[in-house]
Amino acid sequence: MATLKELSAKKELFSGGHRLCAGCGIPPIVRLILRSAGSPVVATTATGCLEVGTSIFPYTAWRIPWIHSAFENAAATISGIESAYKAMKRRGNIPADKEIKFLAIGGDGGTYDIGFQALSGALERGHNFVYVCYDNGAYMNTGIQRSSATPFGSATTTSPAGEVRKGKKEWRKDLTKIVVAHNIPYAAQASPHNWRDLEKKGAKAFNCGGPAFLNIISPCPLGWYTKSEESITAAQLAVDTCYWPLYEVENGVLRVTYKPKEKRPIEEWLKIQGRFKHLFMPENKWLLEETQKRIDAEWQRLLEMDGKHVF
Amino acid sequence: MAEKRSKKLVQGNEACSEGALYAGCRFYAGYPITPSTEVAEILSARLPNVGGKFIQMEDEIASISAVIGASLAGLKSLTATSGPGFSLKQEGIGYACMAEVPCVIVNVMRGGPSTGYPTGPSQSDVMQAKWGTHGDHPVIAVTPAYVQEIFSETVRAFNLAERYRTPVLILYDEIVGHMREPVTFPLPGELEVIDRVKPTCPLEEYLPYDTEYEIAPLAAFGEGYRFHVTGLNHRADGFPTNDSKLIEKGIKRLTGKIENHREDIWKNEEYLLDDADIVVFAFGSTARSARYSVRKARENGLKAGLLRPLTLWPFPEKAVRDAVVRAKAVIVPEMNLGQIVHEVERCACGVKVEGIFRVDGEPINPRQILDVIEKYR
Repeated sequence: MATLKELSAKKELFSGGHRLCAGCGIPPIVRLILRSAGSPVVATTATGCLEVGTSIFPYTAWRIPWIHSAFENAAATISGIESAYKAMKRRGNIPADKEIKFLAIGGDGGTYDIGFQALSGALERGHNFVYVCYDNGAYMNTGIQRSSATPFGSATTTSPAGEVRKGKKEWRKDLTKIVVAHNIPYAAQASPHNWRDLEKKGAKAFNCGGPAFLNIISPCPLGWYTKSEESITAAQLAVDTCYWPLYEVENGVLRVTYKPKEKRPIEEWLKIQGRFKHLFMPENKWLLEETQKRIDAEWQRLLEMDGKHVF
Repeated sequence: MAEKRSKKLVQGNEACSEGALYAGCRFYAGYPITPSTEVAEILSARLPNVGGKFIQMEDEIASISAVIGASLAGLKSLTATSGPGFSLKQEGIGYACMAEVPCVIVNVMRGGPSTGYPTGPSQSDVMQAKWGTHGDHPVIAVTPAYVQEIFSETVRAFNLAERYRTPVLILYDEIVGHMREPVTFPLPGELEVIDRVKPTCPLEEYLPYDTEYEIAPLAAFGEGYRFHVTGLNHRADGFPTNDSKLIEKGIKRLTGKIENHREDIWKNEEYLLDDADIVVFAFGSTARSARYSVRKARENGLKAGLLRPLTLWPFPEKAVRDAVVRAKAVIVPEMNLGQIVHEVERCACGVKVEGIFRVDGEPINPRQILDVIEKYR
């Protein structure tokens, strides 16, 4: 594992000067992921904040070969790229021993929802690539519409909070577990606040020899209604409240990679975010209790699986 | 005291949402896409208040499919999208044509192809609207140009969908979609609202595609009528058939039910057209520029006139033929590289047709049109 000093000495493959918002969780995630690759990387990105914010002419933040595909097909595009490189190696266009990594990145909309079919297909076919989902919990690029990654109770522009509805009424889709069910060599959840853990998981993903998946929580000041300077704190609280547990499943064995010394109540994460404001009205107290109960149960289940074969 | 109409400054997409509610729409399924997302956002808040249902789906294909399902269950249903989403919805639109499921699809047109120019206007999906889904199929598409008109044309779109048991497309561009204009909301009953004809026959006699009718009554799921629905060529009872005679008859009826009623479906605005020898044919926001150019040309002593279709499909062939009788030229400005101009040419009886095309994400301005009108002085 690289030390911070070693990491910072590596070439920056994702430049500054892009148009992502101040406090956006995506840039630190992408920078760490690219640093963790250790070999030349070819990347494709689904439509979304990352794509729009990093590539408007005449600028680009990408110092690697990079393609914006469409909204639903980052995983399918990387499948084609990876297969083409394989063919080129076979034909001798590229030295057979040259190590090249393949990376697909999408937001939660482009991964959990519209890109889900492409992701599942690519994992099943076994392409040697890493899929990174930056999960900020809504369609932030089009103006904060709910996605299947949006947390329970969160207000979005298509799950507004009012007298009747209290924000999103469905629980978040557990995509990491769905991906794990594809029996791929490596899948993990990570957070940008824990850079060491994130970088380590990135390196494991790139070197596991098959499809790998990283689901990374990505704070969004715009959609979470948080202060820009509190983004990393928000990510940390998501982990310390066990809303976003850090774990990995390596060759079928699950391991919780971080257990908070003191598990914080979910309110601590929710209260700093405007999207959950309505949950703190006295009449909605039951929603907070509901959320806490569910998180406790999920965390408990995860701990029970810790160190065990899950497939 | 009589109820007063409310007047509000609203955005095009809001007028669309309100028009849908006025028409009795009670179901919306959609997916976020610029520049149409406001329709979903507004209906997510408004539909629950009127006993309706809003669902955000996981993608565009799912959205049109849910709309088809909801319509078969008896609710007037809507989805809204833009270019890439419109492409993804094409199979569902064809299915709705084939299975004769009334529904309304809004396409707030942006620059394409592919992701194109999400925040810029375009009129480059008009041929896709006509032929985007495969096979011979009927198409009705309306093209409002004003925010008030988005309201009324949305109501009309639902009426046409219900009357003809077919998907109806509403095409407007990003300019009118995001433009704010005062809209006077009609009171209930002021605008005609049409509901689909329901069967009254005994349960065992119901045929969802009864050839006795041009447009058969449509039962809702759960009302007791046996109702087989498929995208395959089917018989009168809805079950698939390989009988070539039935297949031909079915497809001809499908397109015939729209073609035979073009007079009812067509709607045009004619502006200073009576004595015009220079005809401008324009729709959507481009027609707003064209209208201004025509007025200016008149001030300059030119006999210019505007033909503005509110129904683009079926194409207003008769209106074009009538308008070109005295014309020495027809000018067709459109925000694409020349799509509707060919349709106009087809109907212009040999009269010179000149297109003005623009694909840089900027609207066609009146000066551009006026310059071309001046050429025919």
